[in-house]
Amino acid sequence: MDRIPILKLGGALIVTIQVDMHDRLALALEEDLTAMIARTGARGVLIEISALEIVDSFIGRMLVSIAAVSRVLDAETVVAGMRPAVAITLVELGLELTGIKTALNVERGMALIQARLSDEDDGHGSDRDRHED
Amino acid sequence: MTVTKTEALPVRSGDDVVRVRQRVRALAVEIGLGLVDQTKIVTAASELARNTLDYGGGGDVRMETVLAGTRKGLRLTFEDQGPGIADIEQAMTDHYTSGGGLGLGLGGAKRLSNEFHIESTPGSGTRVTIARWK
Ligand SMILES: Nc1ncnc2c1ncn2[C@@H]1O[C@H](COP(=O)(O)OP(=O)(O)OP(=O)(O)O)[C@@H](O)[C@H]1O
Ligand SMILES: [Mg+2]
Repeated sequence: MDRIPILKLGGALIVTIQVDMHDRLALALEEDLTAMIARTGARGVLIEISALEIVDSFIGRMLVSIAAVSRVLDAETVVAGMRPAVAITLVELGLELTGIKTALNVERGMALIQARLSDEDDGHGSDRDRHED
Repeated sequence: MTVTKTEALPVRSGDDVVRVRQRVRALAVEIGLGLVDQTKIVTAASELARNTLDYGGGGDVRMETVLAGTRKGLRLTFEDQGPGIADIEQAMTDHYTSGGGLGLGLGGAKRLSNEFHIESTPGSGTRVTIARWK
């Protein structure tokens, strides 16, 4: 079965969505991400979607559900690279990306996640044990 | 109003939904819709195709380019012979879902289109027609 590769960079997991998602692929991604957050202790999940020509309620639901699971595992979800036409359409569709931060591109998305990590290094964040692998 | 072109595609699998999106995009470009309008009609088509597949048990879509005076438009009709919808008003309500969705497909497709029409008969099927004008 096809799977979407997940990259680990520092304390973040990075996923680039380039294909039209099917139910199975979306489910597999959710499972893989969940397992990898638990295994690596990643604190951020960056989902890059600049290749997506549309985001419909199906993809929206996948993003929201990844964000919800990540949050439970103390990782923050950032969606990066959404096309402007897609962003405009999402508003009219009525989709709210609850619990998801958005960033213009991967660089800014990573900056958001890094900011959270360094906040915690300064002792302002949670005191949860970190697992480095 | 004249129909300048008619095409049809099946909506019986996830791959079909992808093909419908691609074909709707091509037709939207063909009638000269701008990028945002293309994105809106493709997104609406994706919602309706998925409903046809998930709730209607599969069906098909007719795609027509139309001309009203000098105005070009794209009209899409999704049809299935599934269980139908008993309470259309409820189905159209945002966040109502019978299948664990977000309940945004029908309401969203309506907002993303210039015209929206739904007919459904419990026990015999559902037909949803949308149009987007240039
Ligand atoms: N073609 C259809 N045949 C039968 N019932 C339908 C059909 N289309 C929609 N419905 C009913 O209307 C409800 C609302 O549809 P809508 O697309 O708005 O939301 P959803 O599909 O449940 O969730 P979402 O589209 O946000 O993923 C569906 O849950 C289903 O009960
Ligand atoms: Mg739907």
